[in-house]
Amino acid sequence: MKNFADMLLSREAFSEIVMGNTAVVRAMIEAKTRVVTSYPGSPTPEIASAIAGIKPEDRPFYFEFSTNEKVATEVAYGASVNGHLSTVFFKSVGLNVAADTFVQLGLMNLIGGMVVILGDDPGANSSQNEQDNRHLARLSYTPIFEPADPQEVYHYYLAAARLSQQLHIPVILRLTTHVCHAKQKVSFAAWQPVPIDRTPAFDVNNGPYMPLTSLVFPMKRRALNNLHQVAEMNDKDQLNRLIDNKNRRQGIITFGLPFLSLLDTLAESGGKPDILKLAMIYPLPNQLITDFLTSHEEVLILEELDDIMESEIKRLAFERQIRVKIHGKTDIESWVGEYTADKVAGLLAGVWPEMAAKPQPATAFSVSVPPRPAQMCPGCGHRSAFHAVKQALKETDIKVADIGCHTLGFMPPYNMGQLLMCMGASTGIGAGMSLFNDSRRVVCFLGDSTFFHAGIPGIINALFNKHNITLILMENGTTAMTGHQDHAASGRNFNQETERIPVRSVLEGLGVKNIFEVDTYQQQKLTDMVKEAVAIEGFAVVIAKHACMLKLMREQRRKESFQAKMVSIDQKTCNKAHVCVSAFACPTFVMHEDGTVDVNPDLCIGDGSCLQTCPAKAIQRPENR
Amino acid sequence: MKPFNIYLCGVGGQGIGLISEIILRAADRAGLKAIGVDTHGLAQRGGIVSSHIRIGESVHSPLVSKRKADLVISLERHEAVRAASEYLTEKGSLVYYNTSWQPLPVRLKKAQEISVQQVADFCEKCEYKLFEVYQKDLPDPRMQNIALLAAICRNNLVAGLATSHYEQAMGDLMSGRMLDANLQLFNRLVSN
Repeated sequence: MKNFADMLLSREAFSEIVMGNTAVVRAMIEAKTRVVTSYPGSPTPEIASAIAGIKPEDRPFYFEFSTNEKVATEVAYGASVNGHLSTVFFKSVGLNVAADTFVQLGLMNLIGGMVVILGDDPGANSSQNEQDNRHLARLSYTPIFEPADPQEVYHYYLAAARLSQQLHIPVILRLTTHVCHAKQKVSFAAWQPVPIDRTPAFDVNNGPYMPLTSLVFPMKRRALNNLHQVAEMNDKDQLNRLIDNKNRRQGIITFGLPFLSLLDTLAESGGKPDILKLAMIYPLPNQLITDFLTSHEEVLILEELDDIMESEIKRLAFERQIRVKIHGKTDIESWVGEYTADKVAGLLAGVWPEMAAKPQPATAFSVSVPPRPAQMCPGCGHRSAFHAVKQALKETDIKVADIGCHTLGFMPPYNMGQLLMCMGASTGIGAGMSLFNDSRRVVCFLGDSTFFHAGIPGIINALFNKHNITLILMENGTTAMTGHQDHAASGRNFNQETERIPVRSVLEGLGVKNIFEVDTYQQQKLTDMVKEAVAIEGFAVVIAKHACMLKLMREQRRKESFQAKMVSIDQKTCNKAHVCVSAFACPTFVMHEDGTVDVNPDLCIGDGSCLQTCPAKAIQRPENR
Repeated sequence: MKPFNIYLCGVGGQGIGLISEIILRAADRAGLKAIGVDTHGLAQRGGIVSSHIRIGESVHSPLVSKRKADLVISLERHEAVRAASEYLTEKGSLVYYNTSWQPLPVRLKKAQEISVQQVADFCEKCEYKLFEVYQKDLPDPRMQNIALLAAICRNNLVAGLATSHYEQAMGDLMSGRMLDANLQLFNRLVSN
């Protein structure tokens, strides 16, 4: 087996098939990055998986999962003003959480340098929106590099780190989902380790670092000056590519993954426009773009999501009075979704039809396949919780969801979740819905990692302002959805054992009077507790806990002594009430056309949480396979 | 060389990541340029997971376009039809492992399960080559992906990839008992 961790630390140059998220770790090592921080969120958590493969004592940098993206940004900032090159990474919407700190970074003299890696998600593959974070980069005067594939991820991180260290400014490396996860053979350079300089280099004379009153203006002028300088540097940046097909009529300006989609559709259509592919996409290389505009009759701006580059280029053409026809976004659909080769072909067809690859017609014959929504895993404690909570609530009660695996409770047959916003928002939203409301109880769900991330302020607010809501804390001991990262109540951080901060102790410390706590597999007890909790006037919390069974089963299977188990159904006793398959709805149960129910041996983990759901007691105790 | 596009799919938890990475690395071992991408995140919890592999000198984006896959590999019966309808090109090949993980609407009696016959009829009418794989004596259901891989190798569904390339790729990604068990199964099924 290849040792990928050893490879990442190789002194010699090498090439290997890796995903973008792994390539960036080698770049961090080569760039001599010293402090790396994050909060887990797709599409970036595999960066941490690659780091985790390297033994803590061998890592040439410090890494932590912080409690949220804002704290992670602050830790990286602190390290940078102390002289260390730092990096923070998180998902698209993580930048909203980090924003209060992030927008200030451009004002600061970051003497060590700092790279902010954003995992944007065009296509909303695993996010609650597909926000274009280039807007926030503009807001904070922060340059952005955007790679198209893993090889570029590696090169652009190095370029971002160099620029950041040269001008002492933050620089963004903007990745998108299928750049993070794309796999290709990447060539890496040699690496010579250098001992870490342990001198705390912080000096107020490098500042000011206090953006207050009149000090704000010189700091803002410095940020704008830097931005201006970066734009001029971008004109000469060798990473920008011009594909000159000697086509003086049609030119295309693009960047990132849409560039590759464009090449695919052109390879099929045989179209040969000139292409200017940018590496640094903010601030734009004004002269380079001016030259491109003036040398073409028509230019298409091919950019995913919002029309940021298009607006800037149109402004540039207007100011410099360049006679060129600029094609940009035409309709709402050009603002929506990922720019795959199919999407790009569709857009090209509307501008220069001869350049677009023909879409394939649908198959002549089709079969209707039932949709497959995501599901909670077999044995998931959340399933038992939702099944039990549902028995305790009225149809008219309001159920506020939050982010995590438990978000999936919104789906049938549970329908436990009617509104969703973002991390930790459920208690705040619930509080608002409880006002002028005497008839519909408000129940909010919240996960344990989210509790620490952004959940606590909403809880304190509910106490402080005496809101009448019930919080159900879905505690599974881990950050499950993003790949089982430890959190403050796990008893481990990324690097070592640590004192647990139990969710219950925090609630008690805050003065929550009504706390119920039960393992979710005790479904009747949980139902009773929720009934009791919602009857309380004021704020009550039910801690509905059960270890993440996906994580637990993976750990169990690794043990020599592991014995696989599964339940079975006594067909003579089964009265076809179908509670197991249709109400409890564990994916393990199979519904036959004649109404008989079976157990899928591929899926059952033998946890037995289903036994109590059967009114006929037909589900048999789990037995060894 | 015309690009060779492979679209793989299954249900979260079936082990699509391993089979996909083995094929990608086997192509590399065979000296071919290959790129790919997997889905991660939310869908892994019992939803549809997919993986794209593109082989050839002139491939750019790692994503396979709709109805341009030369080969669709599915670890599950429903997903086999869904993926073939959406991704398989004319005269393409579908290879799938014949197990059914019923989607929620089937378990709620709101939709019909896709049958083996429906898959066969669909492929016949669309003129797709069909390879149905099932192995009844698997030591562990999580080895269905290796049974499928063996069928892909045995039927030479990815041109230019020899048995040794698949074996080397498996050796890159696994070790110890896991490698031994998977190699043993793979070799037994390839030589059958």
